[in-house]
Amino acid sequence: MNTASATSISASIHPPANPPGVWATASTYAGRTIRQFIRTPQLLIVNAVTSTMFLLIFRFVFGGAITTEVKYVNFLIPALAAVSGLFAGGAVGVAEDLESGLFDRLRSLPVPRPAVLLGRSLADTALNAWGTVVTLLVGFLVGFRVNGGLVGALAALALCLVFSTAFTWLMIFLGLVSGSAQAAQGMSFSVFPLIFVSSAYVPVESMPGWLQPIAENQPVTAMVGAVRALTIGGDTEALLGHSTTWFVVRSLLWSAVILVVFAGLSARRFARL
Amino acid sequence: MSPVIPSSGSSDAPTIEASGLRKHYGDVHALAGFDLVAPAGQVTAILGPNGAGKTTFVKAVATLLKPDAGSLRVAGIDAIARPDLVRRVIGLAGQNAAVEPALTGRENLVMVARLFGHDQQAAKAAAQVVLDEIGLSDDADRPVKGYSGGMRRRLDLGASLVGAPKVLLLDEPTTGLDPRTRLELWESIRSLVRGGTDVLLTTQYLEEADQLADHIVIVDHGRVIADGTPTELKTRAGLDVVEVRVRHAADIAAIAEVLAPLGTEPPHIDEPARRVAVPVHDGTKALTEAVRIIGERDIALDDVGLRRPTLDEVFLTLTGAPS
Repeated sequence: MNTASATSISASIHPPANPPGVWATASTYAGRTIRQFIRTPQLLIVNAVTSTMFLLIFRFVFGGAITTEVKYVNFLIPALAAVSGLFAGGAVGVAEDLESGLFDRLRSLPVPRPAVLLGRSLADTALNAWGTVVTLLVGFLVGFRVNGGLVGALAALALCLVFSTAFTWLMIFLGLVSGSAQAAQGMSFSVFPLIFVSSAYVPVESMPGWLQPIAENQPVTAMVGAVRALTIGGDTEALLGHSTTWFVVRSLLWSAVILVVFAGLSARRFARL
Repeated sequence: MSPVIPSSGSSDAPTIEASGLRKHYGDVHALAGFDLVAPAGQVTAILGPNGAGKTTFVKAVATLLKPDAGSLRVAGIDAIARPDLVRRVIGLAGQNAAVEPALTGRENLVMVARLFGHDQQAAKAAAQVVLDEIGLSDDADRPVKGYSGGMRRRLDLGASLVGAPKVLLLDEPTTGLDPRTRLELWESIRSLVRGGTDVLLTTQYLEEADQLADHIVIVDHGRVIADGTPTELKTRAGLDVVEVRVRHAADIAAIAEVLAPLGTEPPHIDEPARRVAVPVHDGTKALTEAVRIIGERDIALDDVGLRRPTLDEVFLTLTGAPS
């Protein structure tokens, strides 16, 4: 080991004139996190296998027992693509960075602190996009078809990205409050009612009367409705109960609310870890 | 006191100046009126048992938490009013090696350098300087998951250096390392200190404080209970120790009974080592007396002697409890 040491550190490294900006911070942390994903193939594989498993189980096991206005596979796949951000378990990665002490280090650096979380959201959105792509590819293999035209399909894809970005902030918040990767894993399941008590897998009309208003008015129902309407096309009013615009506007409003609320809560939490 | 910005000549100001610092979590007072002055140009070690408030204090200095009350200046900067300026002059290596296993050593350092504010080119250059310094150049482009525990700690130490900090904060830097790796890390820290970086480190190991620090601060229950150079602290506890090792464990109680009236406090008994020790005022006289009585009672001994107190005993004397 070099014994001349820190003389050379203070002589060779000049402290930067300015602290990093929002984009430098967010892109650096996002870049590191995406590299981590790519170099941890297990993570990508587990993500893909989980998405595929749910898809196949509902398509082939439960699908036959569920009656929908449209072909079940066309009912199911848009829903899975819309909620892939809730399945990716982004909370665990956040909790790992908290547990490892990385967040303490980042918070001791002259970075704009919320920009760290923005970087996490970008990276997790990329991971979620991977889940969405897998879902769609497997979906096409098992019979899913888009009838809403190219514009509808692209709009649906864009919405999936918007939803999954919003959900990354929910997951970041859960990761920050959980305190450990294991707890974060458990807390990730707390969003399951949100997925299952919605129109994602079964039509809301098939639920008991008291549950219907809840299922009808929660964000996931609006989101899966929007993606479904855009991919199914045609008379969505008749097929899905509301117009495409109704679903899209509602889903975007919900996304904005989720994003603003959980980004705010997360930034607050991150400042006081 | 006038506000000082990091670029101005604050090198004469104490590295860290804390006064009446308080932080509580519910009923737990992690810092209960913590006063400390770490002089510039020195290594200050905060020594204390688990839960004494060491980590809480380091977190306050690193601006990771805001004290409930008191004042805190780091390199002359008011850390409570301007934490943003403090973050530009400190480097923190926490209790865990906060490095990403999937990235290479170099990538880890470049990331932290970027987040310190270096542009990509300067970040790469800083990473290379640090890699040479911590002796990881040869392994720089391997993923950290293949590193040994000691290499990870060294990399973590390196990550705290890429911003060329004025004040280096090391929270229990060698906890959990094997003895050989600990020696290696000590050497890295020593060489940094020779380069003039001010260091604040926390440790539970008396030997570590003794080895690395110019200035030792002993804390317990969120307060500083003693501070000084290692020599001063040993002198403060001041007393010689009569130590006896008996041949048969059965005689431990008898020896304790012999030594008790000679000491300034009850004898310390180390049962597995069959050792009984007691601090005394007049060393030679107490030793002679002890030997005489033991001779009369005909107790078989392996060893008997007079020695200076260890830092362990200093701690024991000061806190009234084993470290």
